[in-house]
Amino acid sequence: MNNNVIEVKNLTKTFGDFTAVNAITFEVKKGEIFGFLGANGAGKTTAMKMLIGISKPTSGKAQVAGFDVFTHAEDVKQSIGYMSQKFALYDDLTVKENITFFGGIYGLSRKRIEEKRCELVEDLGLKDIVNQLVGALPLGWKQKIAFSVSLLHDPKIVFLDEPTGGVDPITRRQFWEMIYKAAHQGTTVFVTTHYMDEAEYCDRVSIMVNGKIEALDTPKKLKEQFRAENMNDVFLKLARSPSPTLTNGNEVNTDKN
Amino acid sequence: MKRFTGFIKKEFYHIFRDRRSLFILFGMPIAQILLFGFAITNEINNVDIAILDRSNDVNTQEIIHKISASKYFSIKQIITREADIASVFEKGQVKAVLNFEKDFSQNLIKQHQATVQIITDATDPNTANTISNYVNAMLQQYQKELNKNIKIAYQIVPQTRMVYNPELKSVYMFVPGVMTIILMLVSAMMTSISITREKELGTMEILLVSPLKPFQVIIGKVFPYIFLSIINAVVIVMLSVFIFKMPVQGSLLLLALESVLFIITALALGILISTISATQQTAMMISLMGLMLPVILLSGFIFPISSMPLPLQIISNIIPAKWFIIIIKGIMLKGVGIGFIWKETLILLGMTVFFIGLSVKKYKIRLE
Amino acid sequence: MSISVSNISKSYKNVNALQNISFDVKPGELFGLIGPDGAGKTTLFRILTTLLVPDAGHATVTDLDVVTHYKAIRNSVGYMPGKFSLYQDLTVEENLHFFATIFGTTIEENYDLIKDIYVQIEPFKKRRAGKLSGGMKQKLALSCALIHKPNVLFLDEPTTGVDPVSRKEFWDMLKRLQQKDITILVSTPYMDEAALCDRIALMQNGKILEIDTPAAIVKHYPKTIYNVSSNNMYQLLESLKAYKHHYSIYPFGEFVHYSDKRTDFNTEDLKAYLESRNLSNINIEKTAATIEDTFMELAK
Repeated sequence: MNNNVIEVKNLTKTFGDFTAVNAITFEVKKGEIFGFLGANGAGKTTAMKMLIGISKPTSGKAQVAGFDVFTHAEDVKQSIGYMSQKFALYDDLTVKENITFFGGIYGLSRKRIEEKRCELVEDLGLKDIVNQLVGALPLGWKQKIAFSVSLLHDPKIVFLDEPTGGVDPITRRQFWEMIYKAAHQGTTVFVTTHYMDEAEYCDRVSIMVNGKIEALDTPKKLKEQFRAENMNDVFLKLARSPSPTLTNGNEVNTDKN
Repeated sequence: MKRFTGFIKKEFYHIFRDRRSLFILFGMPIAQILLFGFAITNEINNVDIAILDRSNDVNTQEIIHKISASKYFSIKQIITREADIASVFEKGQVKAVLNFEKDFSQNLIKQHQATVQIITDATDPNTANTISNYVNAMLQQYQKELNKNIKIAYQIVPQTRMVYNPELKSVYMFVPGVMTIILMLVSAMMTSISITREKELGTMEILLVSPLKPFQVIIGKVFPYIFLSIINAVVIVMLSVFIFKMPVQGSLLLLALESVLFIITALALGILISTISATQQTAMMISLMGLMLPVILLSGFIFPISSMPLPLQIISNIIPAKWFIIIIKGIMLKGVGIGFIWKETLILLGMTVFFIGLSVKKYKIRLE
Repeated sequence: MSISVSNISKSYKNVNALQNISFDVKPGELFGLIGPDGAGKTTLFRILTTLLVPDAGHATVTDLDVVTHYKAIRNSVGYMPGKFSLYQDLTVEENLHFFATIFGTTIEENYDLIKDIYVQIEPFKKRRAGKLSGGMKQKLALSCALIHKPNVLFLDEPTTGVDPVSRKEFWDMLKRLQQKDITILVSTPYMDEAALCDRIALMQNGKILEIDTPAAIVKHYPKTIYNVSSNNMYQLLESLKAYKHHYSIYPFGEFVHYSDKRTDFNTEDLKAYLESRNLSNINIEKTAATIEDTFMELAK
């Protein structure tokens, strides 16, 4: 039994004659916080869609939580949690209703949902707002609750798509503390983002450019390697090296939709 | 002026690049006219009926023969027991049953009176009515033939003549209605959607923070749709004249002018809708529910206004489509001139002015 | 003053979007409004671009009142809303041409001003705006906002959702525009972009926390900040929270920014404490406060 919860080998996805993801290979260990970085259109969303089982790879291999994404997409979905900045919770349902709903779609028993809800209310201090509509809450609250909801069914891996964009600095740190805690308890955290300050918090990061992984290491080592002060500079140096994507604009925008 | 033409150019780019809407814009009138003209009709043809002939004599045979020879009916089934009537209706195999009484001929000769029962499936009341009228007419005809040689002292023979639509073609009734719907839809819904689209995209913000005056934006947005609506009106009239041989009795120029007036009414409504809706979806919902339904239900297009309950008759007066339908029926079918429809025209004009005034007042120079 | 805002307040239904905001922007200045979503930046922009009327207070843009002289202001400012607000179904060239026409000018007339930016997207001038990448969309939007040679440029979160490379290019362009005597008011949720402005206002929940130059703002931080790192981030955070002398603890990437209540704080004490909590590879060193540290301190 190896310790890798995600194993990706030569994973490729093409749309017509455009290669969105070009033979990427990497592993993610149990309990790791893995940052998956790239510019708009670099292919990170496409790659993540394959890993969460909603897009079929063109070629290559990928195992998530021990299941092949080609053949066992449904099992993959059962073992992962997902949260994105664009959609996290239903604005027109209350916090409580959201929790019940999401617990329900993952097949948690009523009793278990009840337990989880109490736990969550306790941990986040939600007592006063549990019956409020999510739409009325500040963004930071929504994101924190959404993250907890994505963990309701105790997934092995949780995928976060730009989780803290636009959130104020204090709430963002509270959010990262929650991520540290989840990782500490053994959940693997996979973060896609193009916010470089989010990258700084990860154990390891990969940087995608034009569908390929051009760098993969701890933030610290990457900064040393590129002689950069922060991840932003690392990113700039990587992407600045003659990059056809950013100068000729021929990228296909697969990130939208 | 250059600003304005630049704006209109941009609108046409939007329209011609949105293939799907363009298709709906021009495909819909054609489809609707053909649909109403060919498929939906009040005439009956080859209606399946059943016969229960308990007499089976010369007279009943002659009547049955006459009926089956007509193009209106085809005899699907002969039944023998009264008890079967219910079951053939339940199976939905026939629309009507003719039930001849026992000893039909004898009664006719001895008592000068015989009875045939016409039972119709009134789940569709219009058709049921039509069927019973047709059968009645045939029985009358047969009776006349029987009495040819006998003189009856007093007799009133009604002579019906259908004027303006002598062949009772339903397409004549639908064309004005369809034209009204299409013009309403294209003008009001499309403009309200195209204005709210700018709001949704955020481009309205930039247009507001520019030297363009609000009325220029509005006129610029509606102008292309006036143009498209006129094309649509022409297409509809041509289709009805050339395919359905529907005559235009009155002046084409008058028809054109009245249509333009109605287009402007609809555009004004479209603008009004856009001022109260923030998204394209809302604009579409309001246009469909608020405009289309009344046009279909309350304008006299399908259901005659005179047979509506009084409150609905009163409400129908505030629906511009009602007046427009009266106007174009007048011009196309009756061939009347402005002298006979000036009142309706004036009402439509008044409504237009009112809607334009209201939308100008409602139009916001800011975001709130 | 190019922009002058005094005691502006604005509220929607039950949200106080802006509460008594005042600041001035000098001609030719690059002024930044820094704050997260919900700080009130967009509302402020809409008031200054005459799209909203404030509930209270006054504001002028190029000495014209935003309520009474809205028409004159609309002629002389450039505005780039937060959401990409160009026509996606028009090409790059058609968009630019359209905006030039409605401002009663031509692309040729003001080409000098946008040349720098436009040359980068000119190769794709026949492409529909909806098919451009995020960075190129921003460049096109900026070109359109500049096409009538505005005196003041309002940019509402121009770099949100744009990748770092395009963000950097965008700020370089702003710096060059500033040389051409255009006053720029820009908003951003990214604290690291604050340093690129001449002066900034830190905003949160409809209030201004502080206004100053970026350099002065970080100097105001009341404490010494230490970068603390160890082998386990989660345990490090938990241990620091349990340490009774802590003043503030904020994770900053691979470090924790720590400040202490005591004036005679000694890093050795902390190190010993952390070691007693079974942490290893402990590293503690002094570091300079960032704008984000100051923001959090002020927002507490």
